[in-house]
Amino acid sequence: MSNKMKLSGLTDILKDLDVESLEGVTIEGDIELDISGGGGLNPAMAYALGHEAAQISLHVANIARMLGYPVDQLFAASMGGLPQVPVAGQSRIQELIPAKLDVAKMSEWATPIQEVTLGATSADGGSRKNTITLGGENALPYYFDAEMPHRNYVTMDVFDMPIGMAKSVKGNYEDVINDPAEWAKKVVRDFNADMVTIHLISTDPLINDTPAREAAKVVEDVLQAVDVPIVIGGSGNPKKDPEVLEKAAEAAEGERVLLASASLNLDYERVAKAATDHGHAVLSWTQLEINAQKELNRKLMKQCGVPRDSIVMDPTTAALGYGLDYAYTNMERIRLAGLMGDEELTFPMSSGTTNAWGARESWMKESPLNQDSDWGPREYRGPIWEIVTGLTLSLAGNDMFMMMHPTSVQVLKEITQTLYGSIEADEIDITNWVGAEV
Amino acid sequence: MKINSPLEAYKFLPGTNCGECGETSCMAFASHLIDRSLKATDCTPLVSEEKYKKKYDELEALLAPEIREVVIGVGEKAVSIGGDDVLHRHKLTFFNKTAFAYDVWDTMDEKDLVERVNKIQDFKKFYVGDFLTLDMIAVRSVSDDPAKFAAAVKKVMETTEFPMVLCSFNPEVLKAGLEVAAEKRPLLYAANKDNWQDVAALAQEYNVPVTVFAPNDLDMLKSLAKTFSENGIEDVVLDPGTFPTGKGLRTTFQNFLKIRRAGINGDRDIAFPIMAVPLTAWMAHDDDVSASYWETVVASVFTIKYGDIMILHSIEPYAQLPQVHIRDTIYTDPRKPVTVDPGVYEVGSPTADSPLLVTANFALTYYTVESDLSSNGIDCYLTAIDTDGIGVEAAVAGGQLTAAKIKKGLEDAGFDMKEKLNNNVIVLPGLGARLQGDVEDETGAAVMIGPTDSGRLPGWMEQNWPPKK
Repeated sequence: MSNKMKLSGLTDILKDLDVESLEGVTIEGDIELDISGGGGLNPAMAYALGHEAAQISLHVANIARMLGYPVDQLFAASMGGLPQVPVAGQSRIQELIPAKLDVAKMSEWATPIQEVTLGATSADGGSRKNTITLGGENALPYYFDAEMPHRNYVTMDVFDMPIGMAKSVKGNYEDVINDPAEWAKKVVRDFNADMVTIHLISTDPLINDTPAREAAKVVEDVLQAVDVPIVIGGSGNPKKDPEVLEKAAEAAEGERVLLASASLNLDYERVAKAATDHGHAVLSWTQLEINAQKELNRKLMKQCGVPRDSIVMDPTTAALGYGLDYAYTNMERIRLAGLMGDEELTFPMSSGTTNAWGARESWMKESPLNQDSDWGPREYRGPIWEIVTGLTLSLAGNDMFMMMHPTSVQVLKEITQTLYGSIEADEIDITNWVGAEV
Repeated sequence: MKINSPLEAYKFLPGTNCGECGETSCMAFASHLIDRSLKATDCTPLVSEEKYKKKYDELEALLAPEIREVVIGVGEKAVSIGGDDVLHRHKLTFFNKTAFAYDVWDTMDEKDLVERVNKIQDFKKFYVGDFLTLDMIAVRSVSDDPAKFAAAVKKVMETTEFPMVLCSFNPEVLKAGLEVAAEKRPLLYAANKDNWQDVAALAQEYNVPVTVFAPNDLDMLKSLAKTFSENGIEDVVLDPGTFPTGKGLRTTFQNFLKIRRAGINGDRDIAFPIMAVPLTAWMAHDDDVSASYWETVVASVFTIKYGDIMILHSIEPYAQLPQVHIRDTIYTDPRKPVTVDPGVYEVGSPTADSPLLVTANFALTYYTVESDLSSNGIDCYLTAIDTDGIGVEAAVAGGQLTAAKIKKGLEDAGFDMKEKLNNNVIVLPGLGARLQGDVEDETGAAVMIGPTDSGRLPGWMEQNWPPKK
């Protein structure tokens, strides 16, 4: 069968609608559309028919537009494509200019950071299950200039006596707070610590003045309790620490611990000697001052004969909101100087990330200032404070983190190892994130 | 910036040392141009006198930051992003802190939307003499319905002066939003490889900044940016896609590094501000706490490394507090002094019966203690000891805060305790408790130990002050 339709007829129908604005509209030409049913429609004919149909629809659309009907939206919707957005007075950009992003690698990062291995297995006369190697970088962390040879590591704090802790930290340790060995076991077994730091704070003459020899026994207990590499920390008392660390180094002979720490305000020679005599590494601690760090490292190497593979630096960690800007930039400058060849700064770094818990935002129940917006629950505020403090320093080049809260340790490991490239995850399709129901 | 020494800038200045800018000489003015603390427009003769016009134009071109600066919004709340000249903050400083936009969406109930916008615009956190606040609202089209989107945009505009990001990949939806909000100069989000012609046309027609989005395709991203800017659309923001997990996040991080390094190194076609979308963390996590945590972690990474604007979802305080603090950390000018001058300062109106407190001269420590005292109406003398700008705990450990230093600090300030005080008491910070005996011996004063955090001083004062005889 065949249908015949004349446009003039269409106009007549529309006229019957008695729309004023249509009066005077004439559509020129007498367009006749003849659609044959059945087979036998050749491509040339189909094209011609399509052309005619489009012409008609254009005219009809114009009429509809005059009637105030949103024709363009209808077209857009029915074609499922993107509408043409009319732009007054400007012509649309027709073509994309092709481009390629080329980025040079940093040629001045020519000096690798020293590798320092902690812990000793039975093959090396120790009793650790594994060793941990820090450093070795040829670029800033996670950069595309060079692969990072080793991931970041977390050593969790253990104390030789009960200490004051933020509530949300304390909840994790109440069962082991009087037993450093059990405490050490717990952080390795339950909280995935790569290493353990035993802080011998009770040795401080102003606290318990525990004799160095007694404190060394605690070190032995911890070495018995866990088989990961360990860090040994003193109390921070500059007079007592050298003796405490000497005795501890002796007790840990063969285990290649990290002695924390040598600093310019105590007898660093004794600490350095304790490390070299017993095959340990030493933490070179300075306070947010790159030149002091150079000076101490130089003294440890030249004056005390500490081998390059036995120095780790702690340039000091200040908490988020409490000087982290200095700590971050100090570390970043140290790492950049090392990569660019300053041999006094080419050492891996360690951060006392636990310092984040000194920030009132991490532990205080609510803001002491009533103008502040609500601070929300502190049990969520604390761990993220420790995470962001550590994460920031990881981006400045810090290798090892001394931490306290299990959640902080878990998330910091997740993000640093994600950036390092060892975390597999299903790729999330973000092409239309705007419309996501979140 | 194409020049880096005051001498190079000086060549373009009048050289008359007229002093209208407030500096003593044109050379002094030139050094401020180089450290970006003054602008060429601050030199009145250079701007106003015809004979200097050529030099002025040349100087402006030389001083223009490597990364384009883009302004979003109008009026007091307008936000500038980009404008950086360096890859590491210690090389100068970073300019225009990362703008934080929090999202609302067009399928929200009106009441919920208004409440959320108010929460975002009312957020504030006191810090070192000022408040940390948030910046923008991102309106997401979830419905894909132009009318619904326009209604949501309108509601946001009625509720806040915060600048907006209009988010949709459908040009019809964006157009509907622009018809309501174009005069507020919102940022369009986003042109991608499919819709770019239409979105470019909108950016041109309404004269608004626009984001180009090419997830993990840096060549396409550069191609879009180049095409836009060569056709007169200069206010471009780059979104290379924020993949929230695994290898995708690692690649995203490296994409940010590549874009910014290329831009700072002089590739003008890619030298635009970069957008991060930590909100995508919510596409990878089911529970709110995990999602907020991960979003905060992703936001921190891209605040530290080159994100100039970001779109976020969590408005939980435990997400926002670290976010505003890490941003302040990175964008604080490292050239500003670390210390306050040592001395004895009066807080409020102290009398002879007021306490004398001791703290470190690290600026952050000092201002924190000072604001805790003054905002709680505590009248006292506050002594900033010269600890080389190190905080109390570290200074006690490192020997920068000692009894001798405290004695010397009081002497140098000419503060005679016997004359000024009836009580002969020094209040040490709790973190300096171990100095108590030494300070008593050294100064002959009675020593009381304050709280370990100055936020607890009000409670401490109630219990301990005045001291019992």
